[in-house]
Amino acid sequence: MMFFIEVTLSGLMAGVMYSLVALGFVLIFKASGIFNFAQGVMALFAALTLVGLMEKFNFPVWLAIIGTIVVMIALAWLIERVMLRHLVNQEPIILFMATIGLAYVLEGAGDILWGSDVKLLDIGIPQGAWGWLWDQGIYVEKLELFAAGTAAILVIFLAVFFQKTRVGRALRAVADDHQAALSVGISLNTIWVVVWSVSGIVALVAGIMWGSKSGVQFSLSLIALKALPVLILGGFTSVPGAIVGGMIIGVGEKLAEVYFGPMVGGAIENWFAYMLALAFLLFRPQGLFGDKIIERV
Amino acid sequence: MTERNIGDVILKVDNISLSFGVMKVLDDISFDVRQGEIRSIIGPNGAGKSSMLNVINGFYHPQQGSITFKGNTRKQMAPHVAASQGIARTFQNIALFKGMSTLDNIMTGRNLKMKTNLFWQALHIGPARTEEIENREAAERIIDFLDIQAIRKKPVGKLPYGLQKRVELGRALAAEPDLLLLDEPMAGMNSEEKEDMCRFIIDVNDEFGTTITLIEHDMGVVMDLSDRVLVLDYGKQLADDVPDKVRTNQTVIDAYLGVPHE
Repeated sequence: MMFFIEVTLSGLMAGVMYSLVALGFVLIFKASGIFNFAQGVMALFAALTLVGLMEKFNFPVWLAIIGTIVVMIALAWLIERVMLRHLVNQEPIILFMATIGLAYVLEGAGDILWGSDVKLLDIGIPQGAWGWLWDQGIYVEKLELFAAGTAAILVIFLAVFFQKTRVGRALRAVADDHQAALSVGISLNTIWVVVWSVSGIVALVAGIMWGSKSGVQFSLSLIALKALPVLILGGFTSVPGAIVGGMIIGVGEKLAEVYFGPMVGGAIENWFAYMLALAFLLFRPQGLFGDKIIERV
Repeated sequence: MTERNIGDVILKVDNISLSFGVMKVLDDISFDVRQGEIRSIIGPNGAGKSSMLNVINGFYHPQQGSITFKGNTRKQMAPHVAASQGIARTFQNIALFKGMSTLDNIMTGRNLKMKTNLFWQALHIGPARTEEIENREAAERIIDFLDIQAIRKKPVGKLPYGLQKRVELGRALAAEPDLLLLDEPMAGMNSEEKEDMCRFIIDVNDEFGTTITLIEHDMGVVMDLSDRVLVLDYGKQLADDVPDKVRTNQTVIDAYLGVPHE
């Protein structure tokens, strides 16, 4: 029983890490209907910048974080200027292709600026087993608990921001109807800078957590792939969906690996999420929390 | 109708021509709208009425001509700039934020009335909070005015058509516009809903002194409401006069009933 609890808990925690990446996707998709393929690379780029500022310029942690936030906001502004502005009213597939291009540009920029070697990221997040649970015989990583706490704060913050503020309403308005949003005086360009900035900051949080866990390396950009099934499960437009979806996938793949892995020779963890996503696509394509897809004729 | 309080020219449209490729949608249109007036644009389908509204609020950019609003002359402008100068509008095929509640839709209309910066808003404290409360009060007044208290929290996508039209009017009013553009505010309504909408339009004009330009197909409504009527047909200006004169204008009658071309 203890073992089951331990596996579940570690699944939940791993799931939260997926959720952090998925959150960034949801934000951009909600506000502009763009599937941002570059979200994973943005997390990588943010983590690289953070480490770079700390190592190369000897910034203290807090200053490096602020510096990285500034860089991510500047990046959002640049993306709007160079990319989005010229693709207004294009098909979603074209915007999606543009974000693939963006992913490569960012990856290259990260390589040129900060180098391609694996870097340690230590901003003082506690590591190791959490004492109290360890005494009960359960191993839970402190870092992952910290990530879960951060994710919770982030979600509450985003919920209030989206529901209760003018800019939040404007974001939802743009997501709903471009023309109507323009007619009440919302500037699409400004909104896009805001939404890409926010998702850049979320990417930074994800980058910090993943970087602290497994070092800042270019394979980080591949965690975006794991966010995809999370999004299909939770729904592309739902912030809570991203969190719950991440947890289901995290727990599911850990339990499947431990209990069914031995029967089929292991490695279930690698494909479980995608199978689950496939099942969802068949039976509930809008995900658990996504907007219901209604087509009126 | 009681005595009308008509002021100076607030909007002046000069020689506007608009085409999409070889399609000439508007051909040398000129008219003006006076402060406090209810101005109608009528014409058969495809006459260019909606295009005219789209030019005024900046969705379309005409190839020729200029628009003077409150003394500022321009050839074209971005829609959100037009909104910030005091032009609000509704759409022919309702363009509400369907996933949002009635209240949120109307609050979005107050977008330009709210000024606090992103920093305060992100934290949802200090000036942002005070501002939110003030604007919420203004939104509630509009909800009372339009008699839609019962649907305050409902997502507008689920409301019946007539009510959606009313919420859309509410969103436009929330901006406290100087010029309100209504694109077929009564299309698809039953007679009872039409009466309500008529009353709201008259009340808005009466109580807030809002200048209104509207497109409508129901001739009874147009002739009752309007101070002056502009008639378009195939992008050309057929007539521009008071309702009584337009009603008896032979070219207008021909355009509506159709005449054989020689």
